[in-house]
Amino acid sequence: MSRIAPEDAKRVAELARLRLDDAELPAMTAHLERILEYVDLLMEVDTRGVEPTAHAIPLATPTRKDEPTGELTPEQAIANAPAAEGTAFSVPKVFDDEAAG
Amino acid sequence: MSAHPDYEVVIGLEVHVQLRTRSKLFSTAGVSYGDEPNQHTTPVCLALPGALPVLNAHAVELAIRAGAATNCTIHPTSIFARKNYFYPDLPKGYQISQFEHPLCTDGWLEIETDGLKSDGSKTGGTKRIQLTRIHMEEDAGKSLHDGRADQSRIDLNRAGVPLVEIVSEPDLRSAEEAGFYLRKLHAILRTVGVSDADMEKGQFRCDANVSLRKHGATELGTRREIKNVNSFRFVEAAIEAEIVYQADLLDSGGEVRQATVGYDAENDRLFLMRLKENADDYRYFPDPDLIPLVISQERIDAIRAALPELPDVRRHRFEEAHGLAAADAAKLVGAGSLADFFEAAVAAGAEPKAAAKWLTRDVVAWLNEQERESGDSALETQGFALAPAGFASLLGLVDAGRLTAKSARDLLPDLLAQGGDPESLMQERGLEAVSDSGALEAMADDVLAAQPKAIESFREGDQKAVNFLMGQVMKQSQGKADPAQVRKILIAKLEAL
Repeated sequence: MSRIAPEDAKRVAELARLRLDDAELPAMTAHLERILEYVDLLMEVDTRGVEPTAHAIPLATPTRKDEPTGELTPEQAIANAPAAEGTAFSVPKVFDDEAAG
Repeated sequence: MSAHPDYEVVIGLEVHVQLRTRSKLFSTAGVSYGDEPNQHTTPVCLALPGALPVLNAHAVELAIRAGAATNCTIHPTSIFARKNYFYPDLPKGYQISQFEHPLCTDGWLEIETDGLKSDGSKTGGTKRIQLTRIHMEEDAGKSLHDGRADQSRIDLNRAGVPLVEIVSEPDLRSAEEAGFYLRKLHAILRTVGVSDADMEKGQFRCDANVSLRKHGATELGTRREIKNVNSFRFVEAAIEAEIVYQADLLDSGGEVRQATVGYDAENDRLFLMRLKENADDYRYFPDPDLIPLVISQERIDAIRAALPELPDVRRHRFEEAHGLAAADAAKLVGAGSLADFFEAAVAAGAEPKAAAKWLTRDVVAWLNEQERESGDSALETQGFALAPAGFASLLGLVDAGRLTAKSARDLLPDLLAQGGDPESLMQERGLEAVSDSGALEAMADDVLAAQPKAIESFREGDQKAVNFLMGQVMKQSQGKADPAQVRKILIAKLEAL
């Protein structure tokens, strides 16, 4: 029984900004299904009495002092940018219907 | 005060508040405003490969303080999650936020609803607004659309700046209530030092979710979200405009479609940003780079215990200890550092009620004028050249009858702007009140001799004649006479004629 429909695979690809053509879709759908099956292996473990956790390490997150340090120069910051204008990155204009956020 | 009494208005607010830190939330880059693009970045801000986030301890402290000051439950364990979306000003492709396990939940604050309700009745009291949650997150960078038509410039100075998002329940029922809520929240956060909350610098930004439903309906209507409004007045105006839009649409048989809209303050107009056809899919999951944020109960208790006096408590104290009217107390507490100035002036000997009146009326008027001139929005007393003790001595001169209220009002702007000793300035300008009754009686005699008609009117029972004569004496004294004393002298003379 397949839990992933081709539309699901298409939606996931859109969210990840991956361009899938129709020829690729069946294979990707099958791949996603197999990933789910792999994760299903976890269902074999008896987790009764185990508290849900976000992380495996029993540690609290370390913190640091509120002190500014280690800044790059603006020139360093944009050094790898394909395009820049002044000290700003320059990117193709995004219109809102393309934005997911 | 909606023009559409058929509907109940339901509003919930999401407020993003910039925490008052020197460095960013997960990066050690500095926090500043107005610098050249990309002056404040580290590899963490730029999402360079291998860069890892390390949490700013002070940001956590401030977020806890925000929760404690708004009666929230503060959770000993909370979890940072990734909110995934693509945008050029978000280099990582996700924003670190909190989702399932936020730091604070279930708070409330009280607003004073002494205005009119939407049905026209007086509410006169307080209303409790529930807070759903307060969570920590990082800000995005800034897209500048000022240059070429097909390109945007990206500045990451703001990327990673620490925020709390404060989410209210949909408990607000009018634009006015939303305004009350925002002003109260703003005052609380500033009082406890969580944020400077300078709205013009985007340190306190509001999203408003607005929906309408028929009175008595239990289900919520479809809502539209007004994004990113950064002034109290504009939030109120935007909500009013949204209410009109939705009511007209519903009246004409239309359906509200879920959408995000912006508010164009210049033209008092809403514009559609995007329709929300599907629920947003941010695929939140716990950030594997950050293990849970754990805070001991002792630390939470210590932060609660160290909170300064909150605005509501202070307001009540002003009413009780100093006998202030509720409106004056609320104005003082709500207006930046005016309440501190008030307390210092009272400590320096100012009579509290007079001090409150002068501060909330004349000093606020002066501050508003400064604001208009400088374009700076925060009502602040830091800009005063006049110390609280100087203010107290100015009021003392008025109280002793040595300076008329009018003359004091004339001196005030110069004192506030340039400082100095009120008494010397009064003498320098020759404004000391004429309280010598001999001199006043002579002036009154002169005026009466010159105004037989007014005396006639007075005899015929026209009380306004006294005001006219008073005005003449005040003019002779160049405004330096005490009006009450002049009135007394005039009436005695008129009755003896």
